[in-house]
Amino acid sequence: MMSTSLFGRYLDPRAICPRVTASDSAEVITLLAERLRMIGSVKESYARAVIDREATMPTGLPLADDVAVAVPHTDPEHVVTPALAMATLATPVAFKSMEDPDRDLAVTVVFALALRDKNEQIEMLQTIAATLQDAPIMRRIAEAATVAEILAALETKKT
Amino acid sequence: MIRPKRVLVACGTAVATSTVVANALEEEMKARGIKIDIRQCKATEIPSLIADADLVVSTTPVPPNLSKPAIVTLAFLTGLGKAEVIEKIAAILRA
Repeated sequence: MMSTSLFGRYLDPRAICPRVTASDSAEVITLLAERLRMIGSVKESYARAVIDREATMPTGLPLADDVAVAVPHTDPEHVVTPALAMATLATPVAFKSMEDPDRDLAVTVVFALALRDKNEQIEMLQTIAATLQDAPIMRRIAEAATVAEILAALETKKT
Repeated sequence: MIRPKRVLVACGTAVATSTVVANALEEEMKARGIKIDIRQCKATEIPSLIADADLVVSTTPVPPNLSKPAIVTLAFLTGLGKAEVIEKIAAILRA
């Protein structure tokens, strides 16, 4: 059910940023939005929209082993074609928890989602959720230093 | 025939996380023989839709003083505590 080809279809290597140094969540989002813009996936308005949404409806998720990720995204009107961008962070950056917006999470991996249609992108969303629930893969992604290492970690995702 | 229980599945934008939750929830309840009818919405839309619902499952905080039970959980996204939350939901829907 979960295959890496779904990542392959939506994850352009140019939108993968390993070992990013950023001082806050807005800086990470801006970087990923620039990459998505470069590959023609989002409109110029996407970065601002995602940062604004993160302030009121944050997307940090606490995982097993004290790993935390964030999945920033926004409304389809800012998206041209569906895609995924990813960053691993050299040092953790604070994102607020989706479940509890008063709680800071030390996030090490960020998946920025550019979604057009929830029914069309459901497989991508499920693949991401399945990956988040796979602690060994998340550990490998968090430790990856290169784009190739991130792609290799994603490819170990079981079907 | 028993009418399916209506579940509002909410998140921030009703586009990403609630879709993952809705699919997982449907699968898990089906496996337990519980028929459900899911409607996805934004958390801010819950009060206007709750009259027809039996339960709210949300990934983001819900408005206060809802007239129906509400469960806020990230378990369907992160896997943490998933078995427990599924049993809790099943118990509410069987009641």
